[in-house]
Amino acid sequence: MQYDQNVLTRTERRIFALRTLYSRAGYRSYRMRKFEDYDLYSRNKDFLLSDRVITFTDTNGRLKALKPDVTLSLVRNLKDRPDELQRLYYDENVYRVSERTNTFKEIMQMGLECIGAADNDAVAEVLDLAEKSLALVAEDQDYLLKVSDLDIMTLLIDDMTDSKDMKAELLKLAGEKNLHGIRDLCGRNDVPAEKCATLTALLGIYGAPEQTLPELEELCRGTVAEAESAEMISVMRELTDDSRRIVIDFSVTGDTSYYNGVAFAGYIEGIPEPVLVGGRYDMLMRRMKKRSRAIGFAVYLDSLGMLGRNAGDRAIDEFFSNTVRDEGGED
Amino acid sequence: MAAMINVALPKGRLGEKVYKMFEEAGYGCPDIFVGRKLVFENRDAGVRYFWVKPSDVPIYVERGAADIGVAGKDILLESAPNVYELADLGIGKCRMVVAAPRGFEDDSEYPLRVATKFVNIAQDYYASVGRDIDIIKLNGSIEIAPILGLSDVIVDLVETGTTLRENDLVIVEEIMDVSARLIANKSGYNFKSREISELLSKIR
Repeated sequence: MQYDQNVLTRTERRIFALRTLYSRAGYRSYRMRKFEDYDLYSRNKDFLLSDRVITFTDTNGRLKALKPDVTLSLVRNLKDRPDELQRLYYDENVYRVSERTNTFKEIMQMGLECIGAADNDAVAEVLDLAEKSLALVAEDQDYLLKVSDLDIMTLLIDDMTDSKDMKAELLKLAGEKNLHGIRDLCGRNDVPAEKCATLTALLGIYGAPEQTLPELEELCRGTVAEAESAEMISVMRELTDDSRRIVIDFSVTGDTSYYNGVAFAGYIEGIPEPVLVGGRYDMLMRRMKKRSRAIGFAVYLDSLGMLGRNAGDRAIDEFFSNTVRDEGGED
Repeated sequence: MAAMINVALPKGRLGEKVYKMFEEAGYGCPDIFVGRKLVFENRDAGVRYFWVKPSDVPIYVERGAADIGVAGKDILLESAPNVYELADLGIGKCRMVVAAPRGFEDDSEYPLRVATKFVNIAQDYYASVGRDIDIIKLNGSIEIAPILGLSDVIVDLVETGTTLRENDLVIVEEIMDVSARLIANKSGYNFKSREISELLSKIR
């Protein structure tokens, strides 16, 4: 029986489009169970966006949780095969506390993971698919994939201070593009001026890879992050053609006890928050006693619901054309 | 054509100072102080202004209704919005302090009773010095709390110190310097980065 595509909701159409993209790229669908043992999440609370999880006691007395996250569950249940590359994608509902409403929400999440021998080629492949995912779901809006590297950031920050608190503060300020805050903090803690200047210059790098990679190379030459910057540059050089909507921006950060290397976030014009978030998470694999390396991303399908609904420029333009400009004309 | 930048300005004295700063940088908007309208635009300058309650500026920016906005560091620390903090504008300068009645001595046997509008800032500060506190959240006239025995101390913003002096309170600890910060939406910044960078370089 043929079916009419118009019966699908916008979200269902997006899911089918993304499933098609991922399966054509050689990824296989991965299904997981709805519930997990609570201890998985209690041991990895920092990895989750919120540490609150819906729990219940199963009939055998075990404490279970509704999945607040897919990656943790997938990593735990997948066989560790560090010498081969497992390409997987999923679309699952997760249950977590919304920052905005402070209540539990069911969130539809789609994503993919590259686990095992995840080398630089895998990183380039995942970045390429992340950008293509944005293009598919953005409809006619502009979109952008911002790419950073947490190894470079971490090495530069580690070279500035031994204080764990100060490192965390510097990473937070970096995520806010708060250069005056970084200078102030460095000044109060006697960090050498040239090290502070290197970090602020790193955060000043913003733009397409073909313009910014030479800047990055120059900045990191002779620093503790020289080798890591060379690695990032070699990956990003594969993604430099003009048609791409990729920018280098080191304000994309993450929890460095789980994430390392490339980190990225995807934005669509008119949606005030990232709709795609991803990165390399070898540190999480180590914490879970796995030898595989890993990189992946999630697309937040619920955020896409804001497309065309959020106020943004169009609503403001309408307001001005209907009211303010009319009043101006009468004056 | 360059995109319009939507700016959330805090209503009141700080907002007026910030607007002057923007006007001098070439982002003026005729009639902005005339009447009771809350939105103004100057298409030639590529800018729109919204007058909003100061504590609401971060919400407008975080949710993308405004691309950029200006808010005091006190408000940013209190509401912790997920935004970029692009510049310290160096205006609206004041201090966040702990003040107490003259001669007050802290008795560490009991939790310190702290009256404040700035609950998160006060909690973070006392956590950093390892002192147990009872927070009393007030929305105004904070200085009266120790006088009436409602609290031992207050955590509040001080510009000249006149209000404290008139209520016989003295500063016992300085928590931080506060000033106006230019913030930006993390998504909107990407699609108007050229316009925002240009504005930033002109107002500096």
